[in-house]
Amino acid sequence: MPEPSAVLRRPVLWVRKGGLTTLAFALPMILVFGVFSLWPILRSMVMAFQETNLVGPAVWVGLDNFEWVLTDPDLPIAIRNTAWFALLALVFGFPLPLAAAVLMSEARRMRGFYTALAYLPVVIPPVVAVLLWKFFYDASPTGVFNDLLGGFGLGPFPWLNDKYWAMPALVLEATWAAAGGTIIIYLAALVGVPGELYEAAELDGAGLWRKVWHVTMPQLRGVLFITLILQIIATAQVFLEPYLFTGGGPNKATLTILLMIYNYAFGASLGSDYGAATALSMLLAVFLAVFSLLYFRLTRGWSQS
Amino acid sequence: MLSPFDRRRPPVRAGMTVVNVALFVLLVFACLGPLLLLMKFAITPTQDILRTPLAVFPNGVRWENLSQAWNEVHIDRYFLNTVVLAAGSWFFQLLVATTGGFVISVLRPRYAPLLNALVIATLFVPGVVLLVPLYLTVLNPPLIGQSLLNTVWAVWLPSAASAFNVVIVARFFDSLPREIFEAARVDGAGPLRLFVSVVLPMSKPILGVVSVFAVIASWKDFLWPMLVLKQPDLQPLSVRLPAIQAQTDLGVFLAALAISTIVPLVVFVLFQRLFLRGAGMSGAVKG
Repeated sequence: MPEPSAVLRRPVLWVRKGGLTTLAFALPMILVFGVFSLWPILRSMVMAFQETNLVGPAVWVGLDNFEWVLTDPDLPIAIRNTAWFALLALVFGFPLPLAAAVLMSEARRMRGFYTALAYLPVVIPPVVAVLLWKFFYDASPTGVFNDLLGGFGLGPFPWLNDKYWAMPALVLEATWAAAGGTIIIYLAALVGVPGELYEAAELDGAGLWRKVWHVTMPQLRGVLFITLILQIIATAQVFLEPYLFTGGGPNKATLTILLMIYNYAFGASLGSDYGAATALSMLLAVFLAVFSLLYFRLTRGWSQS
Repeated sequence: MLSPFDRRRPPVRAGMTVVNVALFVLLVFACLGPLLLLMKFAITPTQDILRTPLAVFPNGVRWENLSQAWNEVHIDRYFLNTVVLAAGSWFFQLLVATTGGFVISVLRPRYAPLLNALVIATLFVPGVVLLVPLYLTVLNPPLIGQSLLNTVWAVWLPSAASAFNVVIVARFFDSLPREIFEAARVDGAGPLRLFVSVVLPMSKPILGVVSVFAVIASWKDFLWPMLVLKQPDLQPLSVRLPAIQAQTDLGVFLAALAISTIVPLVVFVLFQRLFLRGAGMSGAVKG
């Protein structure tokens, strides 16, 4: 039989050295992350293979949820719409903030003022911004945008009421709301480009355009790659704009994957299908993980050169 | 990009002036314009908003929009709800981030790397995965045994599980000189004393950044409070605004939108530098 004091010594020593106090400090983090982050993540991995509606006990159904989700006729539509949203968000939201940041970094005296202006839309609560733009998008000739464009002899445009116009209209608002944040990130990177590089390029006889193309852009490459993938991950999970602007309409033209997940779990009148919702969430998450991995594998070579 | 020599050349100077003017016009039009329109609508009679949205007060100003929104549409109550949700989220986010960062970066017990890894792992899980299981967790939480639905805890506690906060606070604590901690320990300060009197006072910049992020994120949040706060008298502005739109006079509704924008706007103007530094930092950390 081992001596009891030897067994006891280690916990006692642990307490004496402040182990309990340390644990007390760690407790808020352990509890909050455990209950509201790690536990739900583990739970979703189980739930995707169960049928749960909170009425009866959860039933193990294997891959049924995945089969059900993958054969849903709305899924191809939602995938296409989400991809279309992401693509438009890149076309609208990538070159414009970059150009603005490059120009703003050159406007030395006014830079602070411009940055503050550009960041204004980011500060407006997203729900307010969407509701305000929804009013701007009024399709009648006296809608704000139609009135404005009518002054130039354009329109009136149907905006949210038309299945071809609705998605670009959503993306335009989303880009407006997010551009300020991207501009700040680019500006920070631009200001960090060492001045000697420009001087060296000048000695080699480079003009303004060649300086932008051969010095600025390569220096920004890392930041550009990161913001690009973060933007793709964010747009793949777009919810607020389609939910508040159009509710997925007209005729499912703005139905996105997250809207489908929401409808499975919370929106349906035929009862909540939490299993299908988590299955689709997992599929989306796995796709994003694989996509990001490939993306980093592909861009690693370029960003180091 | 431009050298001082370049800047003195007349064509470059002219070019810079053109760029400045173009930037100024574009930014004012695109970023300030919609806000100014909103402020104008907030005090314009509904008939004028509908008929001539771009005309400036063709038939005078209607201040009653604001008072009606505040009193009759009960924006005052929803405003208070929003403040309560933001304040609690702010408190719990600061509590978890500072104590957690303190353990990981300063106290460094043997299990610290494990905690750190678990927290960082949650950074890589996209938010969509959490939505449904987190909702079910709030409905039927472990340990507590009572639904948190329709209580402020359902918003406060999940917001505190922010790995981003813990990481930036721990990184900041890492940058503090460790000799000071040792000196405090030699002087007989325990962990609590070290935390309250040494680490926290030295960390004001990062606490400011986390605070601004916490308040703004809470003010912006929509989907989560909509899911867990079903009772209208508990809901924040972001959830109530879409709900009241249909049965509210347009002028009054736009006044309600304007009121909801004022607070974040004032906070931004007051703490501008904190905001912009924080935004730049989020890029750096994500990078």
